[in-house]
Amino acid sequence: MSAKSHKSAGEAGKSATNGGAEKSPAKAVSIPSLSSQRSGAEIIVDSLLRHGADTIFGYLGGVVLPLFDKFYGSPIRVIVPRHEQGGCHMADGFARASGKVGVIVTTSGPGACNIVTGLATAMMDSIPLVAITGQVRTELIGNDAFQEADITGITRPITKYNCIVKDVRDLARTIDEAFHIASTGRQGPVLIDVPVDVEVAKCEYDGRVEMQLPGYKVRTKGHGGQIIAAAKAINEAERPVLYVGGGIISSNASEELTQLIAKAHLPVTMTLLGLGGFDQNKEESLDMLGMHGTAYANYAIQNCDLLIAVGTRFDDRVTGKVKTFAPNAKVIHIDMDPASISKNVPVDIPVVGDAKEILKELVEKVEYRQRKDWFATIAGWKKKFPMKYDRNSGTIKPQYVIEQICELTKGDAIITTGVGQNQMWTAQFYRFSRPRQFITSGGLGTMGFGLPAAIGAQIAKPEAVVVDIDGDHSFNMTMTELSTAVQHKLPIKVCIINNGYMGMVRQWQQLFFEKHYSCNSLLNPDYAELARALGAEGITVDLKADVPKAINKMLAIKDKPCLVDFRVEKEENVWPMVPTGKSLHEMDGLDILQSLI
Amino acid sequence: MKHIISALVENKPGVLAHVSGMFAARAFNIDSLVVGRTEDVNMSRMTIVVNGDDRILEQVRKQLAKLVPVVKVQDFAGEPVVARDLMLISISAPPGKRPEILALIEMFTGKVVDIGQKFVMVEISGPEEKIEAFIEVCKPYGIKSVARTGTIAMIRQEKEA
Repeated sequence: MSAKSHKSAGEAGKSATNGGAEKSPAKAVSIPSLSSQRSGAEIIVDSLLRHGADTIFGYLGGVVLPLFDKFYGSPIRVIVPRHEQGGCHMADGFARASGKVGVIVTTSGPGACNIVTGLATAMMDSIPLVAITGQVRTELIGNDAFQEADITGITRPITKYNCIVKDVRDLARTIDEAFHIASTGRQGPVLIDVPVDVEVAKCEYDGRVEMQLPGYKVRTKGHGGQIIAAAKAINEAERPVLYVGGGIISSNASEELTQLIAKAHLPVTMTLLGLGGFDQNKEESLDMLGMHGTAYANYAIQNCDLLIAVGTRFDDRVTGKVKTFAPNAKVIHIDMDPASISKNVPVDIPVVGDAKEILKELVEKVEYRQRKDWFATIAGWKKKFPMKYDRNSGTIKPQYVIEQICELTKGDAIITTGVGQNQMWTAQFYRFSRPRQFITSGGLGTMGFGLPAAIGAQIAKPEAVVVDIDGDHSFNMTMTELSTAVQHKLPIKVCIINNGYMGMVRQWQQLFFEKHYSCNSLLNPDYAELARALGAEGITVDLKADVPKAINKMLAIKDKPCLVDFRVEKEENVWPMVPTGKSLHEMDGLDILQSLI
Repeated sequence: MKHIISALVENKPGVLAHVSGMFAARAFNIDSLVVGRTEDVNMSRMTIVVNGDDRILEQVRKQLAKLVPVVKVQDFAGEPVVARDLMLISISAPPGKRPEILALIEMFTGKVVDIGQKFVMVEISGPEEKIEAFIEVCKPYGIKSVARTGTIAMIRQEKEA
């Protein structure tokens, strides 16, 4: 199978011995050695460096010791989490904040199994990761050896691709392919399983490898005719609306999107993962749509005559009842993944390719239209149904905390979240203005994502203010990683929206299960004390008046993490809400919001 | 509706698991799946018979094509195809019944590949309907066991102009 790559490595090896050092390629081999024979572990280290992975996340264990031995003294910075799941979310947060491929290395068996949730999280949100897992010796595979798990079998449905490397001569090529697959097309996690004997085995290696991926094709350029058809539809539309998702972020298409909106004059709504794709402070922004989206976004979708979907997959949390989603609209769908087209909602004008490239072409072909009536209608909805909460409440409202964090960070922080109410309120009340600013687990909805993702983001962006807006129970799931943040002196901020419940679960139990708060009363620690015990700063806020002061104090700390425990209103609900199975315009809670002053 | 999907895939370990796993994870129903080598040692061909409406079949094709080791996907629906199934069937055949059984086998252009005191084993190939029909006519004699390959198929060459 790998005859080609063997040949190229072999030839290069020959020319190095015959022709002298100056003839060998400059970018190759960073490990000085007289022979061109390299061990698998050395090849992994060199391959990582060739791909710019100078910061990775990894946890040690028996079968990856040969590899970690080669990290010793190498230029690669290895961040060791307290649990592999945390490490995988860190790599994910690193990737989302930087746009680079995140790398996680674990040992076999339990180490590999612990990243399952992290891989599934990255898969659902199309985040580029490369996971390298150690495996037991090749001859022991299948024998139920100590710390053996069939990790390629386990992770097959939750990775974009995975494989096991049983021959050291295939290793460099496989790593190159992994980085290529993870970072191109619709991005996603790739796992490579490496038995310990392959780490130790040696082969000829000079850093030149040839990928062999006959079945992997990426289409970046959109079909010209389809782009013309899309432009025509946009130019003719009276009531168009753009609906954009995470694809805008991953293809770095934010600038082109902004140009399109300005040139054609279009309103835009974003999915949870699309937030930051367009500046929410601009008037064309309708903010988030969907189950907990704004009324004006959902009404715009239901009343539009043209829906322009970009880098998004018509998720059920976005569409509500699919049959009645955007019922009067012609649908344009621009996406990298052909399989996403017409999967849930029939599409009239599909354009497959890279959003950045396609939007660039589209910008040239669209014309400005005033669409006075449509924008007036939208302005009316915005005025009638703004996002609100009870500002006069004597207790700390969670929305107030988030609004204050937004104000005091000048809307410029990188924000991560847990999952549930804390996440929805953050999406509703923080105003995002640029891509890669909002990092959250959308598709899988992974509680415990916020803290490790914040660590990864802070490592990727050391100068940025990184705030994890978390739920108490989400934080509970991965709070051990606070130690990791302390060890690396990361000034991350952890703001716990502490209502003492799995808040979103409680909301559903209240609304749909007769207020039976079944199994929903866990004992929480004193979070500030806990933070201090781990070496971070800890602040408790019980009074509304203390909220801004605490946030300012938190923001002033630069040399270690700071956790703030906001004891918020316990039974606050997220509104509006489209109940499961209802259409987008059938939102509950609008009356409650309207009754507020 | 039944569709025959032909997929050219890389001949490496784990590919079958990638394909069958995707079918299971996305709740697509497989009627049959056949894998075999091709003229290229690096490639295998999978012939998959799937049941579903147009929307499901579109997803099947796209999700298959999306798998990294899958090189090419073709749906043979609406194409002039030759589709064949191979079966080994062991039929209870006491000496008194043998002449009529052998006549049946000949009628279906089957081949006797093994014969014992009380049974005959027959090799028979053809379109699925023919195989099904042969099983039906054998039932009265008593079928001991059946092994089938599932469908393989190829598009007929266009006639030379």
